[in-house]
Amino acid sequence: MQVKRCLTVLVLVLFAMGIVAGCGTNNTNQQGTPAPQGTEILVGLNCELSGGVASYGTNAANGAKLAFEEINAKGGVLGKQIKVLERDSQSKTDEAMNVSADLVSKGVVAQIGPLVSGAVAACTPVMNENKVPLIAPAATAPGATVDEKTGQTFPYIFRACFLDSDQGVRMAEFAYDTLGLKTAAIYGSTSDDYAKGLAKYFKEAFEAKGGKIVANEGYVTGDKDFKATLTKIKATQPAFIYVPGYYQEVSILIKQARELGITAPMGGGDGWDSPDMVTVAGAAALNDTYFTNHYSVQDPKPAIANFVKAYETKYSKTPDSFAALGYDSAYLLVEAIKSADSADPVKVAEALAKTKDFPGITGTMTFNEKHNPVKSIVVIEFKDGKLVSH
Amino acid sequence: MVEFMQQMVNGLSLGAIYALIALGYTMVYGIILLINFAHGDIMMVGAYVGFFSITMLGSNVFVALLFAMLACAALGVLIEKIAYRPLRNSTRIAALITAIGASLFLEYVTIFFLTPEQRVFPAEAFPMHQYQIMGLYISNKDIFIIVLAVVLMVLLQYIVKRTRAGKAMRAVSLDQEAAVLMGISVDKTISFTFALGSALAAAAGVLIGIYYGTINPLMGIIPGLKAFVAAVLGGIGIIPGAMVGGFLMGILETMVSGYGSSMYRDAVAFGVLILILLIKPTGIFGRNESEKV
Repeated sequence: MQVKRCLTVLVLVLFAMGIVAGCGTNNTNQQGTPAPQGTEILVGLNCELSGGVASYGTNAANGAKLAFEEINAKGGVLGKQIKVLERDSQSKTDEAMNVSADLVSKGVVAQIGPLVSGAVAACTPVMNENKVPLIAPAATAPGATVDEKTGQTFPYIFRACFLDSDQGVRMAEFAYDTLGLKTAAIYGSTSDDYAKGLAKYFKEAFEAKGGKIVANEGYVTGDKDFKATLTKIKATQPAFIYVPGYYQEVSILIKQARELGITAPMGGGDGWDSPDMVTVAGAAALNDTYFTNHYSVQDPKPAIANFVKAYETKYSKTPDSFAALGYDSAYLLVEAIKSADSADPVKVAEALAKTKDFPGITGTMTFNEKHNPVKSIVVIEFKDGKLVSH
Repeated sequence: MVEFMQQMVNGLSLGAIYALIALGYTMVYGIILLINFAHGDIMMVGAYVGFFSITMLGSNVFVALLFAMLACAALGVLIEKIAYRPLRNSTRIAALITAIGASLFLEYVTIFFLTPEQRVFPAEAFPMHQYQIMGLYISNKDIFIIVLAVVLMVLLQYIVKRTRAGKAMRAVSLDQEAAVLMGISVDKTISFTFALGSALAAAAGVLIGIYYGTINPLMGIIPGLKAFVAAVLGGIGIIPGAMVGGFLMGILETMVSGYGSSMYRDAVAFGVLILILLIKPTGIFGRNESEKV
């Protein structure tokens, strides 16, 4: 505890030095003179390029870089080119904070990343004190943009993704309204907050609509045998089964459900998004299953099709949700710079907060007072092993 | 009634796997009084050997089973030679801690070379057929897993009771020094025990791969622990006890999930371990005998 406090003090001192160092650039910006680099606008990328969640960070950074390249090719923004400073937080929370301090001292207009909610929280004090906006592409934890003690929105923290609660509600609406199913069973992971959150919000929304939850069961990460509980759920005859969790377990669970003769439609969240779903469960078992996601690669909308094509050409792989969210974060920022007509971080943050009907790859976004995008959530259906969006 | 019968089928196929793993635990314990915590991880290695022989060599399920059993028999012998034999005359706790070390070693070496990502067992290796008998859903996988487990157990029982090697195993388990005096090679007999037990674990590993569809480097931990409970439940060191314990464990877990709550499944499984240790530490088949001196 003592050590922690010492560290906090040390870090604060370092930040204070950062603020002093940053003052010069801020002043010149306010006088209307261009950013220190003259013809360039600096943008920081603070992503997990190595370590445990390297795939999240790398894909989001790739998406953002693709967006900035497109913007620069079209002549940049406010007549200036965007220069990306890309830094690796190594999937470490403390390193993410160090990277933020470094980027801020270099005079970036904004920072994109980190991806993980915990790392965003670590960067938050740096960004708020230096008055530089942070756009988190994929931090889904409710507290990421709001000070949980005071209930105040952090003025410089924004996110491009929906919250876990939105996903649960969306699937409840889809099951009840679109599919017209009035009873549901929940059988989700109880090992992580993500799945528990989804289950909770699904239940609340489904019951609020007048639906009935006939069974509420759980499994733990690593389970492979779901047949006992599935047999029990089958006896309650639910019209729909909600299975929030990750693909490792869900794929086996769905396969076993179909083996036991359960034909009810099933649904889940973005944790289902993996090619392993089809290889493990099989295309036939997955028919009539649905999950909420940030976007669908197969979406025929021209903007999405162009993005997917450009990304595949540049990186020779299919863009996942993180790539799409990174791409959207970059365009969100550029739109804000345009509407603020300035590359001053404070004005850009104000413009970001006013974002309305921004057409992104992952849906049309309008920021609410908590800096959360109110956006559409795609429901994707597995149809003979192919993903079809609704 | 149909639901109950369905749960019995579910429980039997789960129990068959527990029983196969439990046999290895019990045999090793029976002969050198060591709880071989690496046993679940040997099962994991078996699953990977089966996986690679199907995907890379294109062999069928039975060849894959054979490869996995041979490879793991060798691995079991090797682990015993390197890790346990030098400690045979040390305290039991030293050997136990070494077993935990061997377990972690197998897990993380596998992660290092094969990444922690799960692998998908090719579904074509064992095409599935679904049968519906009086409302019961049974697949050929359920039948295969139960029949194979029973066949292997009968084979094991035959080896232990009817062959010379089995006789040597029983002799060493009864009294090592007397066995040596009768001209039995204790080292060879113990190696043979490890080979047999590990081969059964490998079979269980491949069966898990076929039955559930995915394998990963940490897949051995939980089934290993559950099988250990099954072995204790049946009476550790007693071969028929491990079989009965394994099946009982599978059925018990299924019934708890099916009629109680899925959240209490593991609590009940390990609660059984505590109860057995408190009430009848020798297990269902164990005799209450005084400590050998």
